[in-house]
Amino acid sequence: MFEAFRKHSFSHGIHPPTHKELTKGLEIKRLPFADELIILLSQHLGAPAKAIVNAGQEVVRGEPIAEAGGFVSVPMHAPASGIITKIDLCKNMRGEKTPAIYLKPYSGASQDVLYGADQDIEHMESKAVIQAVQNTGVVGLGGAAFPTHVKLAVPEGTSIDTVIGNGCECEPYLTTDHRVMVEHAKDIVHGMKVVMKAVGAKQGIIGLEDNKPDAVQSLTEAAVDEPTIRVQALPTKYPQGAEKMLTKAILNREIPSGGLPSEVGVAVFNVATLAQIGELLPRQQGLIERVVTITGPGVKRPGNYIMALGTPLQFILDHVGVDKEVSQIILGGPMMGPVLATMDVPLTKGVTGILVLRTQDIHKPGKVYPCIKCGSCIDACPMHLNPSRLGMLARAEQYEPMSEDYHLMDCFECGCCSYVCPANIPLVQQFRIAKGIIRERKAKSA
Amino acid sequence: MSMRGNIMELRTSPHLHGQKTVESIMLNVVWALLPVCAYSVYAFGLSALALIVTCTLVCLLTEHLACKWSGKDTSINDYSAIITGILLALTLPPAFPLWMGAVGAFLSITLGKLLFGGIGFNVFNPALVARAFLQAAFPVAITTWTPACYVGRFSGFAPSTLTFPFTTPRPVTDWVAGLGVDGFSGATPLSLFKFGETPVVTDTMALITGNVAGSAGETSAILILLCGLYLIARKMMEWRIPAAMLGMAVLTSGAFYLYDNVSYPSPVFVLFSGGLMLGAMFMATDMVSSPVAPLGIWIYGALIGFITVIIRLLGGLPEGVMYAILLGNALSPLIDTFTQPRIYGARKKAKAEG
Repeated sequence: MFEAFRKHSFSHGIHPPTHKELTKGLEIKRLPFADELIILLSQHLGAPAKAIVNAGQEVVRGEPIAEAGGFVSVPMHAPASGIITKIDLCKNMRGEKTPAIYLKPYSGASQDVLYGADQDIEHMESKAVIQAVQNTGVVGLGGAAFPTHVKLAVPEGTSIDTVIGNGCECEPYLTTDHRVMVEHAKDIVHGMKVVMKAVGAKQGIIGLEDNKPDAVQSLTEAAVDEPTIRVQALPTKYPQGAEKMLTKAILNREIPSGGLPSEVGVAVFNVATLAQIGELLPRQQGLIERVVTITGPGVKRPGNYIMALGTPLQFILDHVGVDKEVSQIILGGPMMGPVLATMDVPLTKGVTGILVLRTQDIHKPGKVYPCIKCGSCIDACPMHLNPSRLGMLARAEQYEPMSEDYHLMDCFECGCCSYVCPANIPLVQQFRIAKGIIRERKAKSA
Repeated sequence: MSMRGNIMELRTSPHLHGQKTVESIMLNVVWALLPVCAYSVYAFGLSALALIVTCTLVCLLTEHLACKWSGKDTSINDYSAIITGILLALTLPPAFPLWMGAVGAFLSITLGKLLFGGIGFNVFNPALVARAFLQAAFPVAITTWTPACYVGRFSGFAPSTLTFPFTTPRPVTDWVAGLGVDGFSGATPLSLFKFGETPVVTDTMALITGNVAGSAGETSAILILLCGLYLIARKMMEWRIPAAMLGMAVLTSGAFYLYDNVSYPSPVFVLFSGGLMLGAMFMATDMVSSPVAPLGIWIYGALIGFITVIIRLLGGLPEGVMYAILLGNALSPLIDTFTQPRIYGARKKAKAEG
């Protein structure tokens, strides 16, 4: 048993405090509709969606309100029955103003969801399944928000033998995937079957960390009649939820540098994504809501809440109650999540959690020393890079050697190096800047 | 709307940080060195105590004043100067004149550390830079040994300890003879073996417990080993360095011993004599002057272990740890360059550029 465990992991990584006890035992609760919902047309990677409604038009909950703007794009659906008030610019989480549909829900409406005819997925062609998934508007719900159907279209010349369900949720504080796995295990298994069929995979493995035994149990029970789907518990370690780490941990395969998981016969989907596919696809429904963990010492009623997409952040925080001393709001987990600069942003498909910290909870960076070459970052980097050397090169603004000789572009910014650095060097922060500069230079010279 | 008036702090992720800091690592090294110091004082008395205190204070003072004069904040609160001072004292003969120790301490900080840019930039272990200087400048004083655990070591200093600054210490032979220590020849186990008419092998138990002549803090191998293991357990020391260094020393000396077990000492003797243990645990493991990647660390450690034994067995000196480590320090940037870790998902060959 121990031998089995030891094999199923990746090398390096860190063990930050998980802080999950705040919300991991709390059932998913529903948040009411806000007075106004703002549906950003670009809340996924790829081309923005195109609005197909006009101001003043009445819509029914679940009705398409925007169509996909291309293959790498998804449609949007009305998160509530109500009236379109305007189509205007709205700030997104990064502070940029992008087009959005403003919707005023009818308070007295029944809020029944509009959905289509039942589809028999078992007998659908792979192409039809991909189209059906695009129609639901599902994107990667683990945070990346990459349109899911694009991953289902396997590149020519490659074949996928294994679909991995990613239930690791290795970021501290977050428990959305955990609760979805406990409460919607059947949907996950069903979604896994749909995806396996679409990509033609022989087996499906749901990988999750062993600090969620209740989720392991519920998934195992849900998959008991599925001989091709199994559940794999993995030793808890950050950043196991990264596609590359999880593929290594479960199958001992390495996704080649700069390549896609399909090159090693693998497709990885977040469990919440699988759950939505499993739930929405059979009745041709659109994605209109998601589960978000709202947590942190600054929240009065932390929990896992399901809420309409487009719900303004201020409404969410007012509803759960926040401390007066709040001074930092992080979107997602504390290892990779960005900090919000404004409250005037709506919920999008890729938000996994909202972490609220008070002034006293914020890690104050200590004195920055020169690198003492302790090697902690090298032992932590899951990509086996040399952050110590990269950091010195970044200080010297030697960007070319960083990418050419020291593989900077393979860094996926998990933050392990900065977390462990005893000299308080902001390593991953420097790498982000360096990557930006390198990309800019490449674009200019191209 | 409760927080409209609050100041929101904007930082980039990660928003968490681990417990280890430069200060905590350095402080733990100091803790780990204290038992070694305590044993040194037990074995060699007030002279050793005065030497350790002098070297440490001069290191701190030098670093503090150098920072003040160059208009920077003092850097002595990172504890690294204390480590340098203690380590330097531990590598010197216990009755070493204090003024010479002070000169060494001054040089370790200035020449060994600040000249390169301070913490994080030194190429060599600062304490060993100073010791190499002292060995060249004061060849007699640095090979003048006094017996361990003699009676009266807590009631007075060895005569050479309080030598007037910038004068040569008087020989201690008469003083040592007056102590009435049986069979003390004024030589360390290593020189007894190397330069004795027939090689003398010191009892292994005496070597392990440290009841032998030698540098102030190098004699009790077992205590040094335990203190090093503490740091390894706290993950504040690179375990691969002592493992590679001691392992290679045993292998190399083992090969010589198998070839000729009369002229060459046994690996056990090699392992527990001289400064090998202190060097492996506390000198070669200086983070700044050793490689960072695992493969490079193995090479570095093994190289030092090998060179140490070669100097001891074939060279002109009885002890080779210091020069071996300094050589390893000098090579470590080169080793680093050639031992970059293989990255996750590395492609066999970089794609031909279009």
